[in-house]
Amino acid sequence: MAETGHTVPSGKLLLEVVTPDKLLVSEYVDQVSAPGAEGDFGVLPGHCHFLTTLRIGELHYRIGEAEHYMSVLWGFVDVTPRKVTVLAEIAEKAEDIDVDRAHAAVVKAEERLERGGLPSEVEEARVSLEKARLREKVAERLKKQGHA
Amino acid sequence: MPSLQSLRRKIASVKNTQKITKAMKMVAAAKLKRAQDRILSARPYAHQLRDVVRHLAERASPVSHPLLRKHEGHKTELLVITSDRGLCGAFNANILRQATEFLREHAEQGEQVSVSASGRKGCDFFRRRTWTIRQEWPGIFDRLSFEHALDMGQDIIQHYNDGTFDQLYVVYNEFKSVMQQRVVIEKLLPIESLDEEAGGPGPERSEGTTKTVGAYLFEPDEHELLETLLPKHFQVQAFRVLLESAAAEQAARMTAMDGATRNAGELIQKVTLFYNKTRQAAITKELMDIVGGAEALK
Repeated sequence: MAETGHTVPSGKLLLEVVTPDKLLVSEYVDQVSAPGAEGDFGVLPGHCHFLTTLRIGELHYRIGEAEHYMSVLWGFVDVTPRKVTVLAEIAEKAEDIDVDRAHAAVVKAEERLERGGLPSEVEEARVSLEKARLREKVAERLKKQGHA
Repeated sequence: MPSLQSLRRKIASVKNTQKITKAMKMVAAAKLKRAQDRILSARPYAHQLRDVVRHLAERASPVSHPLLRKHEGHKTELLVITSDRGLCGAFNANILRQATEFLREHAEQGEQVSVSASGRKGCDFFRRRTWTIRQEWPGIFDRLSFEHALDMGQDIIQHYNDGTFDQLYVVYNEFKSVMQQRVVIEKLLPIESLDEEAGGPGPERSEGTTKTVGAYLFEPDEHELLETLLPKHFQVQAFRVLLESAAAEQAARMTAMDGATRNAGELIQKVTLFYNKTRQAAITKELMDIVGGAEALK
């Protein structure tokens, strides 16, 4: 929100991720990278004003040494020098994703895609596969991090 | 003096009423919980989106999208959000009073005013009066979903673009807390920029009057972005307003029914006291009669 704009500590960015259901993240971060409509982009504090739509992809942010991953699906990103606002239709933190379920969803979506059908069905299956793959990928990031 | 039987009936009747108001209060409390959760979780998204859009409106040239463009005309539309059901205290009365005041004021300024109403109470109210009703959405609050907001958004945006009206205001009850609702009038269209709002984030302020689009990077291009962002923004705002109103309605009903239950309790106490006094008086009188009769026989 606007009133938080001037309290951001120097060298930090305020990252806010909101979905229609809730405010998911509101934190001071050092770096953000997000999947823009025309390619992934990274943001450091002091970035110029930038507004873009999101595609399905992985949102990554860093607080000090800690890396965080999220899956985001569609929406908008508004970047100002001190603040990044992500308005996503759907977003999930890596730690909230159940890896096994995500994997099951990938398998199911693959099957559906193979089965074919009407063009609209194929398209739907393709999107859900993309979603499922993304969730799996994001969830596995966390796993790797945990082992490291 | 009322008969004992009529007093007994009265007590029973009030007790029944109390049972009903108590049940309604419980139902409202349960519904309120749900409505409250919905509005509280919807608010951040709506507010963030509004901030982004205002930011954007400040930079984008007003001609670049029809929803940003100011119309020259003087046709004003007021979207009135009321509830579908009554028995919620002054909830609807407050809204409708503000709404008529607003309409009268604007009509006096020579503007052509029209109304679109959502919620059965508002529809009924304006049907009985002389204001022009452009559109009605009765009975949406039972199962309120984003589809309703989509519907409203589409209709309103289309009529705005067609020039049916030149500006749109909305009047609704904002959910402040369980005990408090606040009647709010907001301008929804055309979408206005942040402009004089104080305390905007620093650096771009210093550029002063040079509001160049070049300072903002758009991806894909500006037009396409506005094309998706602005209607979305409008729908989200419409949905937020509906949710605010739904939560406020349940809160108002709960408070009203709580008051009604308490009043019924007081009434029962009073009537019961009176009933007992009357009963005793009747017994005393009967005894006196018997004693008097026995005395006379001696």
